[in-house]
Amino acid sequence: MIQQSEIQVEKLIKPFKNAEQEKPAIEARGLVKVFGDNRAVDGIDLTVPTGCIYGVLGPNGAGKTTVINILATLLKADAGTAKIFGHDVQHEAQIVRQLIGVTGQSATVDEKLSATENLVIFGRLLGLSASDARKKAAELLEEFGLTEAAKLTLEKFSGGMRRRLDLAASLIAQPPLIFLDEPTTGLDPRTRNQMWNTIRQLVSSGSTILLTTQYLDEADQLANRIVVIDHGRVIAEGTPHELKTAIGVATLHVRLADGKDIVEAMRIIETILIVKASTSEPALITAPIADPERVTDLLLALREANIHLAGVSVQEPTLDEVFLAVTGDTKQAEKGETTK
Amino acid sequence: MIATQIIPGAERELKNHTSFRTTISNSLTMAYRSLRKVRRTPEQLFDVTLQPIIFTLMFTYIFGGAIAGNVHNYLPIVIPGILIQTVITASMVTGVQLREDMDKGVFNRFKVMPIARIAPLAGALLADTIRYGIATALTFVMGYILGYRPGAGLGGVLAGGLLVILFAWCISWIFAYFGIIARTASSVQGISLIILFPLTFLSNAFVPTNTLPGWLKSFVNVNPVSHLVSAVRELTNQGTIGHDFWLSLIGAVVVVAIFAPLTVRAYMRKA
Repeated sequence: MIQQSEIQVEKLIKPFKNAEQEKPAIEARGLVKVFGDNRAVDGIDLTVPTGCIYGVLGPNGAGKTTVINILATLLKADAGTAKIFGHDVQHEAQIVRQLIGVTGQSATVDEKLSATENLVIFGRLLGLSASDARKKAAELLEEFGLTEAAKLTLEKFSGGMRRRLDLAASLIAQPPLIFLDEPTTGLDPRTRNQMWNTIRQLVSSGSTILLTTQYLDEADQLANRIVVIDHGRVIAEGTPHELKTAIGVATLHVRLADGKDIVEAMRIIETILIVKASTSEPALITAPIADPERVTDLLLALREANIHLAGVSVQEPTLDEVFLAVTGDTKQAEKGETTK
Repeated sequence: MIATQIIPGAERELKNHTSFRTTISNSLTMAYRSLRKVRRTPEQLFDVTLQPIIFTLMFTYIFGGAIAGNVHNYLPIVIPGILIQTVITASMVTGVQLREDMDKGVFNRFKVMPIARIAPLAGALLADTIRYGIATALTFVMGYILGYRPGAGLGGVLAGGLLVILFAWCISWIFAYFGIIARTASSVQGISLIILFPLTFLSNAFVPTNTLPGWLKSFVNVNPVSHLVSAVRELTNQGTIGHDFWLSLIGAVVVVAIFAPLTVRAYMRKA
């Protein structure tokens, strides 16, 4: 249990509270970042209300990490502005740094030091006294189930332990805004569930969380709002529910017996269902079903065209479909491991 | 689990600058961090423990007879020379280790923390004075074992040692600069050796300068390392402070005046 010292709390709270000061946790307008020929971030607007989990969804190389780096004062945007609780990330960088915690894709803790030493040093850097820093370190290690490993150097830590310690290190200052850059990538399902619980608890204690992920399931489970970005642009934004309903009632999956028929099959599907179909595997076609009645016509038409099917299924919309539909770049969404 | 409510971002009172006190405190914490790391990886101290021992033995017995007639007469000349070579080599390692350290993910965290930007740099350089201290002590101890009895006694030795440590700290800014601008740790080592060898060998550290050709002698005479070697010899052997003392101090200050701002700027740009 975190017991923040009274004195510290008093020092941090302004003498008067002003309801009108309710500013969004993040407000970004027209962010651009160009690396050589690559427009990694190409005019992104973001508004993240205080107290929510905001999911940033996108394939690898979509610009997610670059956006976080700009918001976390690590990178200077080439154009646009970003404010964290009303403070400009460029001109008030040192203030912004007092408001955020960042847990990146790579562990940002010291390999050669023990878990306790790491946390104590971060605590000291944040202005805690030696004894407070030790106390805080012990509390956080307890919370994250790392007490037994407190004295081990990180070289002996597993991936999941490292990730937890990394998150613990971001929470020393109890920042109101936490950036989690793919916090569960590479974790086993059990550790991932623990991480999800921790994230939910953070929000219930008043933190705002910006979370990037390539797992649509994760965004669906955790996020109150989701923004989908691709090629450095925002291509969809809304609650998971809004995004799902926007995409259609259900999706039809048609698996062909012979992949050679795919062009013809696509043409028939698009003509009869009057929608845009997409393909993510050599013999699999997906299409939203606007009118279920037409599916009967479609199946008959496919038989007439002598196209043999290996399987047909109807699926309720998932964020995967949303993702495929809005990115239109099916291969990356399927694998997610391609470009970086 | 996480019970306490977080104080909302809009209600916090914050400052956009880092105070001098915070800068000092951050730097000391970073120095503490470096020392903890040394404790975990004692092999980082090989250069400042083995080198003084091996080099003192080697140089004394190889050059002793040829240059000073016998080992005993050579010791007052060579011990300050070896001391300075060892400590300056140790200051080069500062740059290499800084580069290695900066390549680690933990530097990304330092960058997003509200700490003085200069602290990781200042801390590393500060912690390294302990390495120079170890090298200094071991060189004098080796000298003592071989029969070196400095004329100015313990006081002179301490003064000489402190001067060398201060000088090395100043020189370490050069290597820290290369550590920051270089792309890899091994390239830092490469660049630094090119500077290090002329600086230490083209001096009066090991040989008397009167046999050198004129052009070389003129370089040796302006080399701040030569002045440092002379200053330390005077301090340890006679217990006097001559003009070499002041010249080496001025040289060191000039190095800091040029390289400290350069280093800090390069670091800030990267940070």
